[in-house]
Amino acid sequence: MSTDFLYLVEVLINGLMAGVMYSLVALGFVLIFKASGIFNYAQGVMALFAALTLAGVMEGQVPFAHLINAVFGTEIHHFGWHVPALLAILLTVGVMVIFAWAVQRFVFRHLVGQEPIILFMATIGLAYFLEGVGDLMWGSDIKTLALGLPQGGSRWIEDMTAGMGGDDFYGFFIDKLDMVATVVAIILVASLIAFSQYTKHGRAMRAVADDHQAALSVGISLNFIWILVWSLAGFVALVAGIMWGAKSGVQFSLSLIALKALPVLMLGGFTSIPGAIVGGLIIGVGEKLFEFSVGPLIGGATENWFAYVLALVVLVFRPQGLFGEKIIERV
Amino acid sequence: MNATADSYVTEDGRTIGGVLMDMRNITLRFGGVEAIKNISFDIREGEIRAIIGPNGAGKSSMLNVISGFYNPQEGEVFFRGERRPQMKPYQVARMGIARTFQNIALFEGMTVLDNIMTGRLNHMKAGLFRQAIWKGAAEREEIENRAHVERVIDFLEIQAIRKTPVGRLPYGLKKRVELARALAADPKLLLLDEPMAGMNVEEKEDMSRFILDVNDQFGTTIALIEHDMGVVMDLSDRVVVMDYGRKIGDGSPDEVRTNQEVIDAYLGVAHD
Repeated sequence: MSTDFLYLVEVLINGLMAGVMYSLVALGFVLIFKASGIFNYAQGVMALFAALTLAGVMEGQVPFAHLINAVFGTEIHHFGWHVPALLAILLTVGVMVIFAWAVQRFVFRHLVGQEPIILFMATIGLAYFLEGVGDLMWGSDIKTLALGLPQGGSRWIEDMTAGMGGDDFYGFFIDKLDMVATVVAIILVASLIAFSQYTKHGRAMRAVADDHQAALSVGISLNFIWILVWSLAGFVALVAGIMWGAKSGVQFSLSLIALKALPVLMLGGFTSIPGAIVGGLIIGVGEKLFEFSVGPLIGGATENWFAYVLALVVLVFRPQGLFGEKIIERV
Repeated sequence: MNATADSYVTEDGRTIGGVLMDMRNITLRFGGVEAIKNISFDIREGEIRAIIGPNGAGKSSMLNVISGFYNPQEGEVFFRGERRPQMKPYQVARMGIARTFQNIALFEGMTVLDNIMTGRLNHMKAGLFRQAIWKGAAEREEIENRAHVERVIDFLEIQAIRKTPVGRLPYGLKKRVELARALAADPKLLLLDEPMAGMNVEEKEDMSRFILDVNDQFGTTIALIEHDMGVVMDLSDRVVVMDYGRKIGDGSPDEVRTNQEVIDAYLGVAHD
């Protein structure tokens, strides 16, 4: 096999894995949009907040330490213990569920029946509010997530594949963290789909997404389902936060990954879980291939804009995205 | 409660029991408009009770009051002898009151089977966590409820479309699927809002047969709204007639048919 071809394969694999990371973020959007028609701008900040909370809990940081110290004149910052990763993850899930309840109770319950644009504006407010709370609660330092996830290129794969090409081919470089993310994403998506297809609450979720009145008439509490959906989105945000946080550190720019999810959603459609996955993969691969093949000709850095342009092109020809529900108006 | 609360047996051998649902002095307003004006009537266990009246009489509003979609400003609702506090529609549904809608409210993106399964939601008790792993109780429940749903599907003769997404079905079949979903809940009271609206003669006959069979075989109490007078007279044990939010008649089909006020309302005599 020629070296060029092998490089292409490597780019392809890495693109797929980058795509998985985008899909993780896009999933959270799809969950909420499907069930309640809300485009949740705060999804990226939720990922940040979840990652901050996880890191803070693990390090035994005192939440709102700054505030407490300012009010009571104390000087506390740490509880002086370290929480094991698994327990910390469970606690963080708990925090995200409380957040879901609060969002429903204090914001969206009062906005039932409002225009989509109003709901969208509310999520913008929510995003900045949550970012502020995250700052106040855990401080603004960059944190590292010491979950013990493998990092760096996989030596094993490099060694195994080194022999495939010529002398100047050193084997595929594949990030171990990306591989973990891929496995996690596959498990996450499979369980989400199984949950929504084969369980009572999954069925209720789909029912609410489809028709509110009919859902009420069979005894489904809309409020409960919306809390459930926001909790699930919070959980997905936590997973995305862990993966992205492990990759680039838990810092406030993490919330910007929401912007990366936008083209994924436009491509895959806002209402399709498989769409979020395939959309993410297409953008991941497309981005890397474009940079690899066309990038050198036009000065590189195409990854910054390629996804948006691709989404734009798709929008022109298929406004509902590749997997979105086709909108048919009968007159 | 009163003398009429004693059970009796109809000509065709069905037993009509005591009062299941009692509406007392219900008044419903939308701003300044009184949609329902001080109406009282009851629904007895095992009967088919029709609510009829011209367009805009307040029939659907009445059904919405029973099913909790509207809360009346005045009056009391008694269900199974107990006063029902103000409730959300989903809470009413959980008490065993199932309904269909005039304009069909189905989950269009889901299959017929899934739609009908939603009718069983309140019979499934396994908690969120157990369901998430779908083991033990949750699994057993799913299978039991699935069996029940299959019986309803057989009963309403919709086996052939079990796996079809509802959005693709013709109107008449959608109406039948909606009935199936309501029926799957094993309701104590089944509310049908114009079950035959927009159907052709053949579909109407099918639907009438199903309604009678449901009442006969499961003993389900049914309250229905219908425009087609012929159908109403054939199906129902007792009829409430509404006009401009008032009750103008209440009794057996024959009594109602000969009621002068009812005849006037339907023939369009000028109101005072």
